[in-house]
Amino acid sequence: MVDGTRELAMAAEPPRAAACRRWRRLLHRRSTVALLMCLPMILLIGGLVLYPALYALYLSMLNRRMTAFVGLGNFLFLLHRLTFQQVIFQSSLFAISAVLLKAFFGFILAHLMHNIPNRHQRIWRGLLLVPWVIPLALSTLGWWWLFDPSYSAFNYVLKDLGFTPVPWLGVAWPARLCMIAVNVWFGTSFFMIMYLAALKSVPEQLYEAAAIDGAGAIQKMLYITLPMIRNIISVTVLYSLIVTFANFDIVRILTNGGPEDSTHVFATYAFQVGIQSGDVPLGASVSLFMFPLLAVFAYFVLRNVTRRGKEMAV
Amino acid sequence: MSAAGIATGMAVPARRPSRMERHRRWALWGSYAALALFVFVFLVPPFYVLMTSLKSDQEIAAQAGNPWFVHHPTLQNFIDLLSMPNFRGYFINSVMVALVTVAVSMVISVLAAFGLVRLGFKGSATLASGVFLTYLIPDSLLFIPLFQVIRSLGLINNVWCLALLYPTLAVPFCTWIMIGYFGSIPKELDEVALIDGAGYLRMLWSIFIPVALPGIIAATIFAFTVSWGEFLYPLAYLYSSDQKVLTVGIAGDLIRGDVFQWGKIMAGCVMAAAPPIVIYAFLMDYYIAGLTAGATKG
Repeated sequence: MVDGTRELAMAAEPPRAAACRRWRRLLHRRSTVALLMCLPMILLIGGLVLYPALYALYLSMLNRRMTAFVGLGNFLFLLHRLTFQQVIFQSSLFAISAVLLKAFFGFILAHLMHNIPNRHQRIWRGLLLVPWVIPLALSTLGWWWLFDPSYSAFNYVLKDLGFTPVPWLGVAWPARLCMIAVNVWFGTSFFMIMYLAALKSVPEQLYEAAAIDGAGAIQKMLYITLPMIRNIISVTVLYSLIVTFANFDIVRILTNGGPEDSTHVFATYAFQVGIQSGDVPLGASVSLFMFPLLAVFAYFVLRNVTRRGKEMAV
Repeated sequence: MSAAGIATGMAVPARRPSRMERHRRWALWGSYAALALFVFVFLVPPFYVLMTSLKSDQEIAAQAGNPWFVHHPTLQNFIDLLSMPNFRGYFINSVMVALVTVAVSMVISVLAAFGLVRLGFKGSATLASGVFLTYLIPDSLLFIPLFQVIRSLGLINNVWCLALLYPTLAVPFCTWIMIGYFGSIPKELDEVALIDGAGYLRMLWSIFIPVALPGIIAATIFAFTVSWGEFLYPLAYLYSSDQKVLTVGIAGDLIRGDVFQWGKIMAGCVMAAAPPIVIYAFLMDYYIAGLTAGATKG
């Protein structure tokens, strides 16, 4: 009805004014306003995330001087290279062991925090979050100095206790373990915070009911705590797998891939090949190797997150 | 919670503590002891950085005595750094890039979150999921194609390229935080505003932003942290001293060949880590709300 009268009114106007009015009406429509508000974000993500991602695919199929199309040549070349096989091994070792350790220590810490009275939690939480707050590149410089072979603080302690000094970053395996240690130091607090938030969301009555039924600590853990916080555990672990897998700062600062390229991960190797040696297409293919794995992790994170969103909506 | 704890604690002392209570007290002290151990381990590196930053070059070079403590504390490293034009330049660059990044990211993400949650259009739910997905894309996946993009824009070795790139890291999560906060505001408020004749922008400005202020603070802290601590982009795209930011400048400038000026490097780390730590000390609750936003907010 209303529309009909409006159209009648418009028919009487000159066409130019009508078009103008139609525009204005479109601009005032709810969905148009919404789209305009989202436009800066869409442009930003489209231009600096989506476009580079597609461009990376194209780049990775060019030759070094970017003059000819080589198809999957770069990927095959990389797979046959011993250094790159080491990169795959080292990245997986680094990410998986660091995330498992972080999840383990974070779980313990969250429970310890949950045990103590609420009014004391603030100060402990504040202290425990310090590693997470310091920018990783800076704290890794501190670790580097701790590991320093000639005047190493760790070796001083070892010597004092009667052990032989360790060349922390000079030999492949100790260097690998050092990197994992630094990453665990940095990321455990994040897991603690996430798990603590999850633990607090479990209703206390469930534990009381279980206690009345005679459930012990282990049963409470297995049948109440774990099922209730399973979702957050999996989201945190998957998210952390992505971030740890793609980590750059720790390896770059501690060893820069050495000794003999044994500690390179995808990110640092891509940096060395693509930026430092100037082989942009090969560098792009190195970092694209991360993509399938990250996509799988991301898929599961997203599934968990949207599932939770639906549960909340119901 | 704590009130209940006090209440039960008050009721107990009259009687002899039961086995259960003794057990609980042991668990409590055990928790404190274990937490103390964790805190000790966690604070070793910051402590050592702080100690080293207070040492003179001679003390470090002498390699005598216990390295864990400073024997002749001096502020010389800090004074030297602050009088170094390069270091001041890094600091100023970091601050400027962080300010621009925070402002740009917050405007973009608040607008987008409001549009997605409150107004909506065809496909806005998909777009919201897509935004979360981009949060999961790490910087090390795209830095090589971005190198080409930045080069074609003529921004290689220009510190402002960071102000262009950092929002891509901050906006997705900031939007996600804001979606959560805006979504929890009751719909009645919109209707009241619309009846009063407020436009959408006015509604956002005078109702949503004030009500969701904790979310705004959490998102701002996140955007600041991201832009202050990022290491890969500045390392890949900036090479001359006047364009560098703190994270790459400290190590790059103070290491000449094999000579490491450890005292100054560590003093630089202390000063560069100070702003996030100060912010964190004052706004810890918002900081944690931001951290857990992905988990506890829909």
